Amino acid sequence: SSWWSHVEMGPPDPILGVTEAFKRDTSSKKMNLGVGAYRDDNGKPYVLNCVRKAEAMIASKKMDKEYLPIGGLADFTRASAELALGENSEAFKSGRYVTVQGISGTGSLRIGANFLQRFFKSSRDVYLPKPSWGNHTPIFRDAGLQLQAYRYYDPKTCSLDFSGAMDDISKIPEKSIILLHACAHNPTGVDPRQEQWKELAAMVKKRNLLVYFDMAYQGFASGDINRDAWAVRHFIEQGMNVVLSQSYAKNMGLYGERAGAFTVVCSDAEEAKRVESQLKILIRPMYSNPPLNGARIASIILNTPELRKEWLVEVKGMADRIIGMRTQLVSNLKKEGSSHNWQHITDQIGMFCFTGLKPEQVERLTKEFSIYMTKDGRISVAGVTSGNVGYLAHAIHQVTK
Amino acid sequence: DSRALPLRAAYRTDEGQPWVLPVVKKVEQMIANDSSLNHEYLPILGLPEFRANASRIALGDDSPAIKENRIGSVQSLGGTGALRIGAEFLRRWYNGNNNTATPVYISAPSWENHNSVFVDAGFKDIRTYRYWDAAKRGLDLQGMLDDMEKAPEFSIFILHACAHNPTGTDPTPDQWKQIAAVMKRRFLFPFFDSAYQGFASGSLDKDAWAVRYFVSEGFELFCAQSFSKNFGLYNERVGNLTVVGKDADNVQRVLSQMEKIVRTTWSNPPSQGARIVATTLSSPQLFAEWKDNVKTMADRVLLMRSELRSRLESLGTPGTWNHITEQIGMFSFTGLNPKQVEYMIKEKHIYLLASGRINMCGLTTKNLDYVAKSIHEAVTKIQ
Repeated sequence: SSWWSHVEMGPPDPILGVTEAFKRDTSSKKMNLGVGAYRDDNGKPYVLNCVRKAEAMIASKKMDKEYLPIGGLADFTRASAELALGENSEAFKSGRYVTVQGISGTGSLRIGANFLQRFFKSSRDVYLPKPSWGNHTPIFRDAGLQLQAYRYYDPKTCSLDFSGAMDDISKIPEKSIILLHACAHNPTGVDPRQEQWKELAAMVKKRNLLVYFDMAYQGFASGDINRDAWAVRHFIEQGMNVVLSQSYAKNMGLYGERAGAFTVVCSDAEEAKRVESQLKILIRPMYSNPPLNGARIASIILNTPELRKEWLVEVKGMADRIIGMRTQLVSNLKKEGSSHNWQHITDQIGMFCFTGLKPEQVERLTKEFSIYMTKDGRISVAGVTSGNVGYLAHAIHQVTK
Repeated sequence: DSRALPLRAAYRTDEGQPWVLPVVKKVEQMIANDSSLNHEYLPILGLPEFRANASRIALGDDSPAIKENRIGSVQSLGGTGALRIGAEFLRRWYNGNNNTATPVYISAPSWENHNSVFVDAGFKDIRTYRYWDAAKRGLDLQGMLDDMEKAPEFSIFILHACAHNPTGTDPTPDQWKQIAAVMKRRFLFPFFDSAYQGFASGSLDKDAWAVRYFVSEGFELFCAQSFSKNFGLYNERVGNLTVVGKDADNVQRVLSQMEKIVRTTWSNPPSQGARIVATTLSSPQLFAEWKDNVKTMADRVLLMRSELRSRLESLGTPGTWNHITEQIGMFSFTGLNPKQVEYMIKEKHIYLLASGRINMCGLTTKNLDYVAKSIHEAVTKIQ
């Protein structure tokens, strides 16, 4: 007999399961709107030019492969902090922060979750927006924390339930942890407007909550890195010492290289040093020290003026293409004769769109039209091209008319 | 300081420099020139060609476990990552559900991070098993077997596959057979840590003998593999957790649960290092080149060991020094006591750990005399 006879078969990952099913489909018209990876207008993965240039620079330098420090590549972590906080940020300039390299967004979230579990003794509760990225819940749970929720998405309007969010947040017990998506909320694409962010910040501050920002799409949402980081910077300016996880998977297309960072804004540089020492103690028994390749590419891009400029243009290009596809989808739906209000498709921002489609409608889209998306009606707009947006609109109209 | 021996486990050339393996340089160039490659996510469990090849290296081409399709692999962030995924899985699913009380036995001494990995994975009862006999400067086999006899059934034992860190002292094949017999009888779980395959003796097969023996004895086991040292890919974090089970069905379910653990730890592993290793291992020519590069490293270390020993013996340094050549791998437990170590560091600028552990990779033809003389001084001046 086996040690593992009682081990249950784990459920297939819902998001990746969509791609598996897509791969098995033989229809020539099939569309994969499941996974959040950017595609160009030909539906192909896109390696940024600035990334290729950085890689060429790396290849020519013939560097060794010695271990990175536990906290990662210093040029990378410093540039990441500057990118998120802003070069003029008091918190950044004073050095009252620590940034460690993490394994893309997930790894950075997990480091932070483990850190809070060990050192944030005021509460075990993490408040997530409803809905949130599917992986947030198991990450925090595995780190030993508990999950709660605050209202966020209004399915009736396919937009922000602002009064619901404010109401729920006003009742969160003091010193709990609240997670906020900095921009391009996943999965809904619904972000607060700046005036709404101001009110949310005031309420969060009033409730004395520890703020955990997840910023996986800086630059990728609006096309402007400063605009996309506005909420993070505003909260810090309002005196809240936030913690933050960043990912370079989407905005630099470095998905499989796992480049990310976790930051803790502290009272002062001395506190930051102590926090750093504890983060390292958490990281060492997880994977010892982080992988170099992605962080080095990102670092070269951020720290080389011409490459940084080129990156900003390219990330705007990706954001603009997605915004364009949203517009085309809505106009095509109108052309199909749909009488529904599809304004939320262009109001929402970032890679994802909560279409408002119900599970039965999603199932029909998959079965009858070979269009794959997650059951909650989320589509990855990055998977839409000028070549297939008409087909998508047609299919959506068919299942909703 | 050119006399300073590197403390961390990293290989150095005879010039005291890091060494990027020629085969790695070649493969990196191939990858850089291949414009069809992109940076898309790997699957959660990693690059398939990497996983299959990595496990094959550990278990052998003719492994019955591979033939019977009862192995699984999880690409991990270095050996540490593989250990952590294995530990997290064991805590959730081994010996009941979420049984944090299962004793975990780690050798005395061991790599200090072993303890932290299992503590952070949630295990509450971490113990040591006797291993290093300081008096005879060798393996305390009787102590080890005794601790295994007395260990509660189902305890987990962390075994170093070869080139024990930090002592450099490995059981002989006969001793491994005795260890396996006790473990089988007591229903103890073998979790191998294999960070130096190929690097220890120069032969991949020889360094994997213990793991393969346990497989042939029918054990279900885990083997955490690192490609940091034998591929010199330290900062790319290339590792693999090999799972050997009773049958394909069991292994499949285990992997599906490991996938969930990976998903909340790093989602999916980094691409670059795995590509280098997969490309190398799946090409007969590159594979041969790699084995050659590995032998180069192992041979240099073996040479430094024999050169250091012969110098100490000609100097007439008090004590016996055969352990220097009998030990294997990157490290040697010199037998120097903490005071003597302090002397080495402060007076001679030779860095070793307080345990007396020295990184043999730091020895070069240029510094051999200096190191030998310094050890001689430390041993004769300080008691």
